[in-house]
Amino acid sequence: MRVAPKVFHQSILRYQQYRYGWWALGLALLSWVIYMFPNVEQPPNGGSWQGYTLGTIGALLILWLLWLGVRKRRYARGSGTVQGWVSAHVYLGTALLWVATLHCAFQFGWNLHTLAYGLMVAVVVSGFVGIWAYLNIPEKMARNRGDKSLEDTLLQISEVDTQCLRIAKNVDAEIARLVQSALDRTELGGGFYRQLSGRDYSSVEVRGDGESSTVQKLVRNRDQKRVIQRLAERQSLSRGGEETILLQELLWLFARRKSLLQQVRKDVRWQGWLQVWLLFHVPMSLALLVALSIHIFSVFYYW
Amino acid sequence: MSDHYQIAIIGAGPAGLSAAARAASNGLNYVLLEASPAIAKTIQDYQKGKHVMAEPSVLPLRSDLQFAVGTREQILNFWTTGIDALNVKIQYDAEVKSIQGEKGAFAISLANGANLSADNIVLGIGLQGNPRTLGVPGENADCVQYTLPDAAALKGETIVVVGAGDAAIENAVSLAGQNKVYLINRRDEFARAKEGNLKLILDAIEDGSINCYYSSSPLKIEKREGSDKPFFFTLKTRDGEAVVPCHRIIARLGAIPPRNFVESCGIQFPNENMNAVPELSPKYESNIPGIYVVGALAGCPLIKQAMNQGYEVVEHILGNPVKPADHPLLEKRMAVLPFGLDVDETLEMFRSRIPMFRALTALQFRELMLDSKVLAVGANLKEGETLFQQGDYTNSFYTIVDGLVALEITGDERKTITMKGGQFFGEMSLLSGQRRTGTVRAGKDCVIVETPRRTMVKLLNSNEQVRRGLDEVFIMRSLQANFVPGLSFDQLAPIARRCEFQSFSKGEHLYQEGDTGSQMYLIRSGSVVMSRTSDGGELIFSQIPSGQYVGEGVLMGVPQRMDTAQAAVFTETIAIDRDSFRALLKLAPDLVPVIQDRTKDRLVEGVSIESGPKGGEVMSFLMDQGLGESTDVLVIHEDLCVGCDNCEVACAETHQGVSRLDRTAGASFASVHVPIACRHCEFPHCMKECPPDAIHRSATGEVYINDSCIGCENCVRNCPYDVIKMAYPAPKKPSLFSWLFFGAGSGPGQHHDSSHSDDTAALKKAVKCDACMNVPKGPACVRACPTGAAVRLEPKRFADLASQSSGGNHESCT
Repeated sequence: MRVAPKVFHQSILRYQQYRYGWWALGLALLSWVIYMFPNVEQPPNGGSWQGYTLGTIGALLILWLLWLGVRKRRYARGSGTVQGWVSAHVYLGTALLWVATLHCAFQFGWNLHTLAYGLMVAVVVSGFVGIWAYLNIPEKMARNRGDKSLEDTLLQISEVDTQCLRIAKNVDAEIARLVQSALDRTELGGGFYRQLSGRDYSSVEVRGDGESSTVQKLVRNRDQKRVIQRLAERQSLSRGGEETILLQELLWLFARRKSLLQQVRKDVRWQGWLQVWLLFHVPMSLALLVALSIHIFSVFYYW
Repeated sequence: MSDHYQIAIIGAGPAGLSAAARAASNGLNYVLLEASPAIAKTIQDYQKGKHVMAEPSVLPLRSDLQFAVGTREQILNFWTTGIDALNVKIQYDAEVKSIQGEKGAFAISLANGANLSADNIVLGIGLQGNPRTLGVPGENADCVQYTLPDAAALKGETIVVVGAGDAAIENAVSLAGQNKVYLINRRDEFARAKEGNLKLILDAIEDGSINCYYSSSPLKIEKREGSDKPFFFTLKTRDGEAVVPCHRIIARLGAIPPRNFVESCGIQFPNENMNAVPELSPKYESNIPGIYVVGALAGCPLIKQAMNQGYEVVEHILGNPVKPADHPLLEKRMAVLPFGLDVDETLEMFRSRIPMFRALTALQFRELMLDSKVLAVGANLKEGETLFQQGDYTNSFYTIVDGLVALEITGDERKTITMKGGQFFGEMSLLSGQRRTGTVRAGKDCVIVETPRRTMVKLLNSNEQVRRGLDEVFIMRSLQANFVPGLSFDQLAPIARRCEFQSFSKGEHLYQEGDTGSQMYLIRSGSVVMSRTSDGGELIFSQIPSGQYVGEGVLMGVPQRMDTAQAAVFTETIAIDRDSFRALLKLAPDLVPVIQDRTKDRLVEGVSIESGPKGGEVMSFLMDQGLGESTDVLVIHEDLCVGCDNCEVACAETHQGVSRLDRTAGASFASVHVPIACRHCEFPHCMKECPPDAIHRSATGEVYINDSCIGCENCVRNCPYDVIKMAYPAPKKPSLFSWLFFGAGSGPGQHHDSSHSDDTAALKKAVKCDACMNVPKGPACVRACPTGAAVRLEPKRFADLASQSSGGNHESCT
């Protein structure tokens, strides 16, 4: 049986004592040496032999970096571990910024070549966002969840809801309606922005102004605030007896509901952030591949 | 003048009837004497409509009477029709009082005053008249009964059935519909039950119609007047004592031979053991020439075997050469042997050479040989060939018949022990579930019997003598492995005999901090967590697996226990007291520094966990998750896990489309997450009660299910950790091209639904993690994790994990 190596639970940056960090540094130094190599015929630019050499290194590097998508899916026969690949991907991808910049010798313009360069920068920078996310978010998520899973929390919410509805059967129509509507109009998840912002778009129908109004109006119920407010109001007005106990119980339940919902929203939000950067990183790297191909083709076509 | 017969057959059970039928068709002068007024009393006493089985299924039937799987009524009908057709004469109500005389002139007197004589006697009286009792205080209470003639008569009662054999299971199941039924099983599985009954009882336990107490035994029975349920039955369970108030207790603990009567005929028993049956020749003849014993009294409780014996014994008396029905099967097994002996001679030789085999009845031994493999150098074994490697997880048991075997133990220094004929090996792994402690190689001319774990477990459960013999050697080998490698069995035997076996329920203390103790404990199976008080709380600092020892401090001069030892799972130990320890020291004075060294290591480990605030709690958490019995467990660090589910996808992709792990399920503590995935237990719960014996442990430790799975779901029910799923085999994945362009099947990494199948002939089979034993590059879940959150750990790394997690810094473990 093959089990854990001597050191385990290391982050992708620290992987194997920064092995690929050193590799990337070596690559950067090598590129610098090539770049600085005296050339009497030309000033530094992409068309010099140094430029071609660095360009070849950069292009191969890009292909290799893209290969991670393939390696990740080779579950049985892929070489090394995906963690190792990711670690190398991060460091060598960062080094690519330097290699490509030396390749173009700091010459930029409004042309296809600089577009390819720009896409490369965008891909790498979105990768940085990914690294930040991977290194920071899981811990935040773990703290937020405590020792429970998301399913556990959702289950707890549905239990709280059942209790709320049970109590709602024994209170007056206004509160019953308030509780029902608060449950019905609780929003979780939703679109792109809603998930990533973690904002609460829940609403609730409350009775119009005046204690005897029959008109219902829809109002925001962020963090169950409105319901809690109304329940507290009614609680303060109630004159003891069973109703007071039930209202108190509802108040507790909605307070609990609020914190559980917040937990889920945070979890959804962090999960979103863990994934959203890939929505830029991957399509842009494919765009980069296209731009790079055209860049190489045009360079040789217009030799 | 009394009648004289060539053969007097006593007992009209399956064996007696078959013998009489054989005698009748041979036209012999015989008599069949039956104490009751009908044939086959035991079977008449079965519940109406009871399903009777025809085990062992590989064995052919050899009798003039018919027999096959069927209801009680069908079986009785086979026999009444058969005896009518052959005109078999039976004297009913003819209980035999005494047998005297010798071959050719036996005088038989009956309880009804009649006398008769015979040349030969065939004794087929069975055991049913003599049930084994509970043996606890209060066992004579009127609520205790040993048979259940009519289950339908009992309604609305709370009934406790004691026993785990077929009779107990059948009684419990038949009572369950209209009563509340508890079943008490002394062991943690139903090893002695037939396959059909196994399924019945497990289903009943699963659907809640029977409550089963496993690893439990009766302690006492008390009557309490005025209570709704008048009897209080106290049990010792693995979780401590339990009291079951009940109306009735049915004890089905099997029967023991009616020794007094049998001995009065002059027949000798080999020992004082209650279960012992008379020693017989291969022709079933007892020490009194002319008296033959067949059926249950010959140690053979199965109907088919008994009927075969009845047939064979008459042929033997006639002097006709006849081979037992299993002869061809055994002959094939023995073909590799160089001795040039026939099957019977070979078996006799095995038994004469090997003390352990002598503790079995001839028939138990035959059964053992039928299940075992015979290995011989020169035939199916090469000299020097490795039988198992140190560190392997195999668990079959080996007995040396002839030649030499070399045992090599590589520890601090390398050591070779030579074993010879009559000795056995492999009992350490068999009993402890741990890795092999040494490497064994076939030596010159060696002949070995390899017996699978399942057969040995069955034997250990039914034969106390074998169990004791094995335990004794286990103790001596444990002593050698842990303390005194240089001492011989002869030196160790007196010490081993003094050692005491103890068992502890989960959570029970072996000892507690501050106790004054006088024993140390070798852990035979299970595992122990060590803790001590720290800042007012309990701090777990270590987990000790089986094969190692705890509590040595008090024997080394420490006045009281400095720590607490608690069973993490059901644990069995061997206690070594002060006197035994002194005796060991006398034989090996250099033992003290060895133990001191080990104690020091343990202290260092304890301190490293204490360095973090949560270390002990993490350890407790791991133990609460049942990891005390694991050998290889998947742990996910939540601070690194990005929730990509690549682990599950990789698992599915490498295992026929079905992931064997559930990442989000399972418990978490301090960012340590134990997902629902197999932890490859020391004694895999899933392996118990697998009818086709489809679950195995590979030499490298992975517990896996092979293709012979029949989909009975016993393992799913038996796994306490919910890691086994039932799934249809996945269709083959389409090529990337046809998936991409024609939408065929599921693509790379895509989930496929294994809960139903288009193939109507497909069988849902049990699937579980096999730790990627067939993936050359190692576990896919771990290799596919992009952030290094998923790791697989051996229990000895739990301390590392705990100290790492306690620091709250996942990068601090180096």
